[in-house]
Amino acid sequence: MKTIHAARRGQVKQRNGELNRGLLLRLELPSDPGLLCAVRGAVERLTESFGFSAEECRAVTRAVDEALTNIIRHAYCGRPDRPIELIFRAVEAQADQNVSGGLEILLCDRGPAIKPDQMCMRALEEVKPGGLGLHFIQQSMDVVEYKRANGTNRLRLVKYVHAPKRSVNS
Amino acid sequence: MQISSRELDKTIIFDLTGDIDLANSPAVRKALLREMRDKRTPRVVMNMSKVRYIDSSGVASLVEGLKASRDVGSRFILFGLSTSAREVLQLSRLLKIFEVYDNEEQALAG
Repeated sequence: MKTIHAARRGQVKQRNGELNRGLLLRLELPSDPGLLCAVRGAVERLTESFGFSAEECRAVTRAVDEALTNIIRHAYCGRPDRPIELIFRAVEAQADQNVSGGLEILLCDRGPAIKPDQMCMRALEEVKPGGLGLHFIQQSMDVVEYKRANGTNRLRLVKYVHAPKRSVNS
Repeated sequence: MQISSRELDKTIIFDLTGDIDLANSPAVRKALLREMRDKRTPRVVMNMSKVRYIDSSGVASLVEGLKASRDVGSRFILFGLSTSAREVLQLSRLLKIFEVYDNEEQALAG
């Protein structure tokens, strides 16, 4: 029994270690729209300190805000007391891309699974209210991935810090 | 967010202060639609100079206001857009759809 417990402890420790790798910030909040401004404030400060340009900071803040709005509206149908978790991590540079690292944001909610047709974006040519949030997220981030795991919706967003372009002569 | 209004010669000016997001965009929508559909005000002007952030639900409220203005034949004008608000309207390809001015003087003269 001791051996099993030790093995489990090891697995938990390893999993926690993976979860905490590069961890910058972790937020747990209820699905209350009144808290969106507080999250935006935190994301603005974090992205500024991460080295993004002012335009990139606004883009990441907008993407997180829109993703949270989608969770509140669609996953939780406007209920203000459901759990949402946000995890911000630093990720390493990709060897095949001209990037010097990036910011990964994981948004988790316990709402029902999202159907593929709910992830469809409407044409921007149409002038009508609604359906813009996903556009803003796609346009603002380098990676947008959705996964359902263990009864949880997980939206993974990544924004890379692009390395300064080298001149041809250098 | 706060919404206050001023009346000026068949014109209503809404002075908005704060961020427009899911928490308060319904209030913006309600104020706009009341002015256009119920009161049929000929010109509705949105002072956005103190709006630092607007999300997709806020943009949707503005689009509803624009549609209502077209339905009743009134004018719907925005002025004083922040960099962030301008970016959002550009991203949604709506900047050219709205009547937008830099400041109140231009908005009222336009």
